[in-house]
Amino acid sequence: MSDQPQDTFEPRIVAFFCSWCTYTAADLAGTSRMTYAPNIRVVRIMCSGRLDPQFVLTAFNQGADGVLIGGCHPGDCHYQEGNYKCLRRFHLLRRLLQQMGIAEERLRLEWISASEGDRVQKVTNEMVEQVRRLGPLHLNRPAVEGHHDTTTVPGGAK
Amino acid sequence: MSSGPGQPKIGVYICHCGINIAAKVDISAVVEFANTLPNVAVVREYKFMCSDPGQELIQQDIKELGINRVVVASCSPLMHEATFRRATAEGGLNPFYFQMANIREHVSWVTADKAAATAKAKALVAGAVRRVNYHEALERQRVPVNPDVLIVGGGIAGIQAALTLADAGKKVYLVEREPTIGGYMAKFDKTFPTLDCAACILTPKMSAVRSHRNITLWSYSEVAGIDGYVGNFTVKVKRKPRYVIEEDCVGCNQCVEACVFKEGKFSDEFNFGMSKRKPVYMPFPQATPSVVLIDPQTCLHLKTGKCKQACAAACERHAIDFTQQEQIVEVNVGAIILATGFKHFDAARMAQYGYGKYPNVYTSVEVERLVNASGPTGGEVLLKDGRKPKSVAIIHCVGSRDEHTNRYCSRVCCMYSLKLAHLIHERTEAEVFDFYIDMRTPGKGYEEFYDKLLKEGVHFIRGRAAEVTDWAMIPDEEGKLVVRAEDTLIGIVRRIPVDMVVLAVGLEPQADAEEVRRLFNISCSKEGWFLERHPKLAPVSTFTDGIFIAGACQGPKDIPDCVAQAGAAAAEALSLVDRGHVELEPNTAFIVNTQCSGCKTCIALCPFSAIGYNAEKGVAEINEALCKGCGTCVAACPSGAAQQHLFTDEQVYEEIEGVLRYV
Repeated sequence: MSDQPQDTFEPRIVAFFCSWCTYTAADLAGTSRMTYAPNIRVVRIMCSGRLDPQFVLTAFNQGADGVLIGGCHPGDCHYQEGNYKCLRRFHLLRRLLQQMGIAEERLRLEWISASEGDRVQKVTNEMVEQVRRLGPLHLNRPAVEGHHDTTTVPGGAK
Repeated sequence: MSSGPGQPKIGVYICHCGINIAAKVDISAVVEFANTLPNVAVVREYKFMCSDPGQELIQQDIKELGINRVVVASCSPLMHEATFRRATAEGGLNPFYFQMANIREHVSWVTADKAAATAKAKALVAGAVRRVNYHEALERQRVPVNPDVLIVGGGIAGIQAALTLADAGKKVYLVEREPTIGGYMAKFDKTFPTLDCAACILTPKMSAVRSHRNITLWSYSEVAGIDGYVGNFTVKVKRKPRYVIEEDCVGCNQCVEACVFKEGKFSDEFNFGMSKRKPVYMPFPQATPSVVLIDPQTCLHLKTGKCKQACAAACERHAIDFTQQEQIVEVNVGAIILATGFKHFDAARMAQYGYGKYPNVYTSVEVERLVNASGPTGGEVLLKDGRKPKSVAIIHCVGSRDEHTNRYCSRVCCMYSLKLAHLIHERTEAEVFDFYIDMRTPGKGYEEFYDKLLKEGVHFIRGRAAEVTDWAMIPDEEGKLVVRAEDTLIGIVRRIPVDMVVLAVGLEPQADAEEVRRLFNISCSKEGWFLERHPKLAPVSTFTDGIFIAGACQGPKDIPDCVAQAGAAAAEALSLVDRGHVELEPNTAFIVNTQCSGCKTCIALCPFSAIGYNAEKGVAEINEALCKGCGTCVAACPSGAAQQHLFTDEQVYEEIEGVLRYV
């Protein structure tokens, strides 16, 4: 256990889960009442192949301390190979993050099938602890030119 | 992109779900919070948003307050998104001006701390509210549905589903990988709890399949490939050569008589190796189709080319064709039912019971063949040396309810063990000892059957058998198999000497369930059973639209349950193909021409070849009919020209910001 005040730091983690496998697994964790750390916020995408690297950068820029990506196991993708494309982008993204001064451990990719509710629980808990040890990510915003001006709220026709 | 009709006016509805959400999430705090979010015009809470009064709240607000965006914070969108979209549409709004926040499965059910759950619920609501600002009106694409249905697996479940659909006038393709349909049920003599003859129930159904004008039966065939989507699947079926022209063979067995092997010499699969067959054979007398086949592994001509081919000479109809090759046929269907069944547990994996070591240790499925009049002993229960057993032990839960093998209960073993106890006693007058952990007889007439057996004088011993051994401790045990078990009702260890041991083997997923699952793009449970979409709301549907499951491929099941489930799967398939069309989720990708530089990055990435290049305009073009909405091209587009309906960049960015900025 760390003796840093990091013990009380509650990291915020954005999770991008594909609808077919990992999002369904997270639902299963729910129906199975598997309690896990409350620090993740799941954003549903149809396929991990939809994960635009900018989603991850935006999440960090908006205050996420970690990003978790969940997709179908290799060979199981509902769209044949979206998860492989996600994997390619993931490797590139990790290198990019390092160059930006963001520890690569803040980004994690996991293959979790629809029946693996327990893995959602385990991976989330692990990820939260890992990011907790790394401490808060203090980005000097705006590190990335945000898609939206972060001080205004969209509304009306754009 | 347009944000819809004018300035967004968002209605937010927080569901209590009884106490499912309300016990963990401080609903009024979430309501108060949601009221502070931009463009939110009204926030309401309700006990059950999915109920009629809950849905009416939404519709009223659309009509009376002019709400033009709807957010419901309740369960998973996989559960009720369709419900609330419908409610939104019935209120007069395009159904896609709706977004759901999952605060039950992802919050209240998985979070220990109330304050943390409330904070997480707020964040998810904020994400949904921010996102829904950028929703747009969408139309669902309607595509026609092929009315034909493919059924994979010709056991009782597949047979029942095929007959139900065919009787409804639908064309059915039934694919079975064995040379005959019938599955496990065809091997049984009697069925519990009524003890009616399995063949008397099954064989009429089998011949009905064969003769039904709406059913095409492809036995000895397997699905080799599948393409397409709900309503429009293209399936490749591999037809293995049986070296017999199916249309010409009348099942007279003259070829079998004439075979140069005068006696059966090779292990007979149908009898689990307890009898011998020839290289040319009929799997069993009522095999359907009633067509022989030649096993290329054992046929002299096919193996060595050195045989006088007496079988071919004996066939008056010239049905034997040694030149047959594997064939691939292709069919188009609108729906698929998987009824691929189970395999029984391999008893050799539990070495303590001596299966394979002691000749008189049998599995229950072998004994099913022994008690069957058309089985290898003509229905007599005999030991390997031909004697009748004087005492028989039945051991329950072999490969079930055991951490070392399978943790689940196989559901049918208690009942079939009782049935076998009755039949063995009836045929041999042997004393029967039944070793059980718990007697599980939940079913109509099942407990009554157990009561009947109790009165018939079967000895029931509550305790998991520890081992079966031939090591005698006292003279009475000499030459016997001794079952050692703790009798937990009287608290002592007992040794019961018997002549024969029957292992009640459990049910397991088929050895290739994983490959089949991948082929059809569906999911499996942890144990390897095909996963239903929802255990109660959609028990025969899968996560892939248009693909249904029936029978023991979904989990251990007895015959009545398989038949009931097959009927349900047939009804679901019928309701799909009879509708004539299917509405697709409008989450397809599209190109914003003004932003496309024509770099063609997206074209190579699309797994469905849905993207082409318009040389005239210098831009990529997406064929929406082929696009399945994965969004891979959208993620890859360097200029943001590729976008995906329902998951535009803006919508996702807004959701990301929403879940992070406020809480």
